[in-house]
Amino acid sequence: MLNKYPLWKYLLILLVIALGVIYALPNLYPDDPALQLSTQKSTSVVDQRTLATAEKALQDAGIDLKQAEVTSAGGTLRFNNGEDQLAAKPVIAAALGENYVVALNLVPTTPEWLSSIGAGPAKLGLDLRGGVHFLLEVDTPAALKQRLDVAASEMKNSMRTERIRYRSVEVNGGVMSIRFLREEDQQAALELLQDEFSEYVYNTSNDGTDYFVEIGFTEAARAEVEAYALQQNLTTLRNRVNELGVAEPLVQRQGSNRIVVELPGVQDTAAAKRIIGATANLEFRLEAGLDANAADVDTLTFRDGSGRTARLERDVIITGDSVADASSSFDENGRPQVNISLDGKGGSQMARTTRTAVGRNMAVVFIEHKSRSRFVEGEDGKLTEVRRSYSEKNIISLATIQTTLGNSFRITGLDSPRESSELALLLRAGALAAPIYFVEERTIGPSLGAENIRLGVLSAQIGLLVVMAFMLVYYKVFGLFANISLALNIVLLMACMSLLSATLTLPGIAGIVLTMGMAVDANVLIFSRIREELKAGLPSQQAIHSGFNRAFTTILDANITTLLVAVILFAVGTGPVKGFAVTLSLGILTSMFTAIVVTRAQINLVYGGRKNKRLFI
Amino acid sequence: MNIPFMAMRKVVAMISIAMVLVSLGSLAVKGLKFGLDFTGGSLIEVQYAKAPALDEVRTLLAEGDYQDVTVQNFGSPVDVVVRMGNAYTPTLGDEVLSTLRDNGSVKVELMRSEYVGGQVGEELREQGGLGMLLALAIVMVYVAVRFQFKFSVASVVALAHDVIITLGIFSLLGLEFDLTVLAAILAVIGYSLNDTIVVCDRIRENFRIMRDTTPYDLINESINQTLDRTIITSMTTLFVLVVLFFFGGESIHNFSLALLIGILIGTYSSIFVAANLLLAQNITREDLVPAPKEELEDEMP
Repeated sequence: MLNKYPLWKYLLILLVIALGVIYALPNLYPDDPALQLSTQKSTSVVDQRTLATAEKALQDAGIDLKQAEVTSAGGTLRFNNGEDQLAAKPVIAAALGENYVVALNLVPTTPEWLSSIGAGPAKLGLDLRGGVHFLLEVDTPAALKQRLDVAASEMKNSMRTERIRYRSVEVNGGVMSIRFLREEDQQAALELLQDEFSEYVYNTSNDGTDYFVEIGFTEAARAEVEAYALQQNLTTLRNRVNELGVAEPLVQRQGSNRIVVELPGVQDTAAAKRIIGATANLEFRLEAGLDANAADVDTLTFRDGSGRTARLERDVIITGDSVADASSSFDENGRPQVNISLDGKGGSQMARTTRTAVGRNMAVVFIEHKSRSRFVEGEDGKLTEVRRSYSEKNIISLATIQTTLGNSFRITGLDSPRESSELALLLRAGALAAPIYFVEERTIGPSLGAENIRLGVLSAQIGLLVVMAFMLVYYKVFGLFANISLALNIVLLMACMSLLSATLTLPGIAGIVLTMGMAVDANVLIFSRIREELKAGLPSQQAIHSGFNRAFTTILDANITTLLVAVILFAVGTGPVKGFAVTLSLGILTSMFTAIVVTRAQINLVYGGRKNKRLFI
Repeated sequence: MNIPFMAMRKVVAMISIAMVLVSLGSLAVKGLKFGLDFTGGSLIEVQYAKAPALDEVRTLLAEGDYQDVTVQNFGSPVDVVVRMGNAYTPTLGDEVLSTLRDNGSVKVELMRSEYVGGQVGEELREQGGLGMLLALAIVMVYVAVRFQFKFSVASVVALAHDVIITLGIFSLLGLEFDLTVLAAILAVIGYSLNDTIVVCDRIRENFRIMRDTTPYDLINESINQTLDRTIITSMTTLFVLVVLFFFGGESIHNFSLALLIGILIGTYSSIFVAANLLLAQNITREDLVPAPKEELEDEMP
């Protein structure tokens, strides 16, 4: 019989709709402003006692707490409103002390029965939630240079032990060049180095008086150094971001040399930027003796601005990379200091060096990699940005070695408590393998986020009303069917967003609104076909049947092409624009289901199988 | 209802060609006013508690060490956007904010601050242009496979027509072209194609069932048959876009505007341009696989 669905089809549709409603439901529960508690060290945990301390501090400060709970990631304190949350943060931070990280967060209030089946609200993008987005570029040439610098000192050592006399070693633009006075030295060195350091390419040349060996990376070695620099920086950035105590941060690789960092809900962007972009590291070096070879001595200034200088040995005992743990505190005179413990390898290296150097001075050198950018006019007259990186090395302390140093010691000479705590954080999180630059930054204030949500929801509501009113007036009863399908389309779309944990952005909401306008298209196509068939004199059941059938291929073709474009948009776009592509493509898919299947089901239910009734279309 | 669309084809073609030429001219002479996403640079958007005098804000910033500063309202008198050509430093945004606060005497709230590096901007521009071309290419292939080559030429030329005119209007009016507008243009490609396909679909169907009609009359008839649907769908979409334009907020203003313009042009082009191009290519029944299905014949009107 025409226009009759078998029972299972109705049941299937009901099931899909029921699932849609359930998975879309969590979006109706507003998020709670909350504070996320976590710990830095493995020695401390967040437990009921921690929460009790926090609760007591809040009670003393007169701030209402909604709920406190211990979670797998630490603890969560929920508040009734944003003001309480903001007021509570310093109170809690002071009460719990330095070992705990307190971060602002929004936590979903999804009821337990919903979250137990994996339902949760859609993720909000930074433009709706507020926060910072950074795009960082890893300076791979600098990483290559660093690696060559290290290789240079190793090569010098082995040439010295083999008593090969070289004049100088220079590293310039990814190539190392060793100068010799005699050709036999050059040949001996070449043989030795090629044997010992096989990951490099060697070339020889002479300029009439001197002989050179030029050393560069092989293609594979270059790629490996670059990949390592990126990987290492990713790890370090993850550690740093974790130290910042941001809830749900994102640290992700993009392309061959870029890293995306997204910190939702971060208010103090200045601190975040300082810590993420910091390239500070430490080096421990001995002061050079008076008889030291000038080529092996660096003269560095002190950091206190006094202009004093000291002559230090070029060779580094250990760097900040050997630091296992660091924390900041104050010395007996109330000046900031950093307590450092070294890892096993660093500790024994330190012990070995200081054992023979008791009575000599050891310097702690503070290194910061910086970059200057300037604009250079290229051949085509266009201005291009050229970055030059350099490092600033200053001595923060120079002290006499009293006894053999072991695994843990402290360093002083820092400017402020903020500096000591940030240095401690950087040492804990690890240094960056290569300098990084900010190539893009977007900060969205929390009030703009809230405003964007309000505007987005408002336009969605108005848009929905306008479209529904129009359909009702134009297609009467059939318009009502289309409207029900349209409403279900939005429910299904939200359910899909939640299930895929896709990110909702403001252009994403615009995409939903646009989908509303377009989703009725399929129904318009079908209904205008049905009207045509009726006009051609077909009985109503026939008209419905052929209206749906004949419109189907058109709908399919039209939607597939739009879908193709949406996919391209997803590939090309970034951030908010990707959000638009996601809602647009999901909207197209769900609207095909609702406009064709769900509308048909309603029509079948009302008109199907009856004698040709008059259609209100 | 039978409107002789094809009788107007010469006039309409002239109008279309004129619009495309003016757009191309404007794009060549005036160019597009690219937004921060594509040019690179820094901007900061703030909200004042009380509407400030923009000149005073400018004077205040002129005292600081900022280069090429422009100060504009953004959607409302209390919202202000400051753009500058300073080289990026991580603290730039905060410095500007504290300058604007003028030692705490003015209440200013940070809405957003953005920095895009010159190279990133250039890459986004390239990527965007490539995306647009890729979209057109894929559409061309799909239509060629599903329909026929002449249809594919007609629809892609119609799409290019829509995109060029939309870009032209943005160029003429000096509206800012940023990533969201690019997204809108791509969406217009999708949408306008949707319309064109519906018309083409009907033309193909009619070629199979209306044996004794000339292509000229047949195309005219097809457009008339789909006119109802074309207009209704465009209207519902335009409704929601008008809503987005007025209620969606300043940051998607140009996005909704680009969609509005694009969809208006797209509707026009799917009625006039695509069909016109089919006729210009001498489309005949033989171009489409003459494989009439039995059941279709039965349902012939």
